[in-house]
Amino acid sequence: MSEAAVSVRGLHYQFGETKAVDGVDLTVFRGEIFGLLGPNGAGKTTTIRAITALLPVPADVISVFGLDVAKRRMAVRRLIGYVPQQLSADGSLSGVENVSLFARLFDVPRRQRKDKVAEALEMMGLTDAAARLAKTYSGGMIRRLELAQALVSSPQLLILDEPTIGLDPIARGSVWERIAAVREETGMTVLLTTHYMEEAEQSCDRVGLMHHGKLGKLGTPRELIEELGAEDGTLEDVFRAYSGGSLEEEQKGLRDVRATRRTAGRLG
Amino acid sequence: MSVPLAAPLAGSVDIDRRMGPRLVLSRVVALCVVELQKLSHDRSELITRAVQPALWLVIFGVTFTKLHAIPTGGVPYLDFLAPGVLAQSALFVSIFYGIQIIWERDAGVLAKLMVTPTPRAALVTGKAFAAGVRALAQAVVVYAIAELLGVRFTVNPLKLLGVVVVVLLGAAFFCCLSVTIAGLVLSRDRMMGIGQAIMMPLFFASNALYPVSLMPGWLQVVNHVNPLSYQVEALRGLLIGTSARLPLDFAVLILATAVGIVAASGLLARLAR
Repeated sequence: MSEAAVSVRGLHYQFGETKAVDGVDLTVFRGEIFGLLGPNGAGKTTTIRAITALLPVPADVISVFGLDVAKRRMAVRRLIGYVPQQLSADGSLSGVENVSLFARLFDVPRRQRKDKVAEALEMMGLTDAAARLAKTYSGGMIRRLELAQALVSSPQLLILDEPTIGLDPIARGSVWERIAAVREETGMTVLLTTHYMEEAEQSCDRVGLMHHGKLGKLGTPRELIEELGAEDGTLEDVFRAYSGGSLEEEQKGLRDVRATRRTAGRLG
Repeated sequence: MSVPLAAPLAGSVDIDRRMGPRLVLSRVVALCVVELQKLSHDRSELITRAVQPALWLVIFGVTFTKLHAIPTGGVPYLDFLAPGVLAQSALFVSIFYGIQIIWERDAGVLAKLMVTPTPRAALVTGKAFAAGVRALAQAVVVYAIAELLGVRFTVNPLKLLGVVVVVLLGAAFFCCLSVTIAGLVLSRDRMMGIGQAIMMPLFFASNALYPVSLMPGWLQVVNHVNPLSYQVEALRGLLIGTSARLPLDFAVLILATAVGIVAASGLLARLAR
């Protein structure tokens, strides 16, 4: 777990006058589950969008498996499976059609396509629902369908932006189980963002805490909690200490995220 | 129950070099297949979208055929009108792709598509020809209605193939125009307003309803820069045999589509940010 899957050096990004990301340095090692934590507006999604080359970045700032994102955008994307924050599966297509589209877009060879699609759906526990239109799926099933879409190309790096946002506790647990199973079976690197500190504490090998566009604390959840020195401390306590006790702001952020999710996460 | 790891990294990177027409074609096929799958799941849209062209043909076309008010060079007015209505229905289908792409932006679909190894131009070309597929399905319905009303279209397979190409190119251009506007306005509400505002002027400032010779001078100028007019002229020439400058019509449609793809691709990143 020593080689870098993702390397970010001095990432800055501004939207107009607003500094979204302010000098982030980050290394995600191969094979680990890395959680980028923080409230809404902390800069997590902007960082993710820069890593996936959705936002333009200068050369020599971000590399994925040694490839410069600014120079080798298409090559980098072949290595990535991406699940955005919104529930973005196409409701007017069936589960198998949704996954097949991404198999085609990633040039999965025609002879292997059917098997790969079936494997990805099976891995996400959606074989029985594969023929149904996605608009009949529950929120948790849609999220698992999106994971199948992201996995059908057998990516080296799985990037998940708030994978459990808006899901009920059972669906959230199911999504985390699937993510863990994928890592277990494939050794894939997983980079995710979340503001659910408890989930990150349980599921991530290492985490980075983001606040106001800066990446502050970085380490394993246990290391960060021990560094805090509080008995029975949690990652949430670490974040509270790091961000100056802005839990209230975090809760507001959480509400904002949910509102955004409700507005934008409609299915076709 | 396992999804194996990808091929070695070097292999994945090599595929990056396989750009060009083959990659664009594979993306066009992928997005057209999706469009056909959507149509197969919900055919009712074809019927509801056929109401407006049916009204144009049944009410406007039949009435003005009886009135003989519009000189069409010996061609029954309904026959003259039918290719125009066919082009109009394709225009109406494709112009709303701008609204769809803003919806896809809001729902995260666009970001997900843009994180695939698909250059922006290939994505836009795929969307454009997916609009063409839907427009073709719509054109078949309009064709059938016109035939039922007694319009005698050609049955020459080569000419019908030409019609398919013209409908595809026209829809692709108007889809790109719509996506370009979406990239400028960025808002679904504004895009809906603009979509409505440009559709009817494009239609009325074309030769879809009446011959160019009847237009006032200024409208003739607008007609000459309106790609819809070249689409209608080609469709009319192919379907009912009126005089058409087919090489010019095809050249204008191909050039307009190419310019549209470049413009829409340039603005796609603005939508994704």
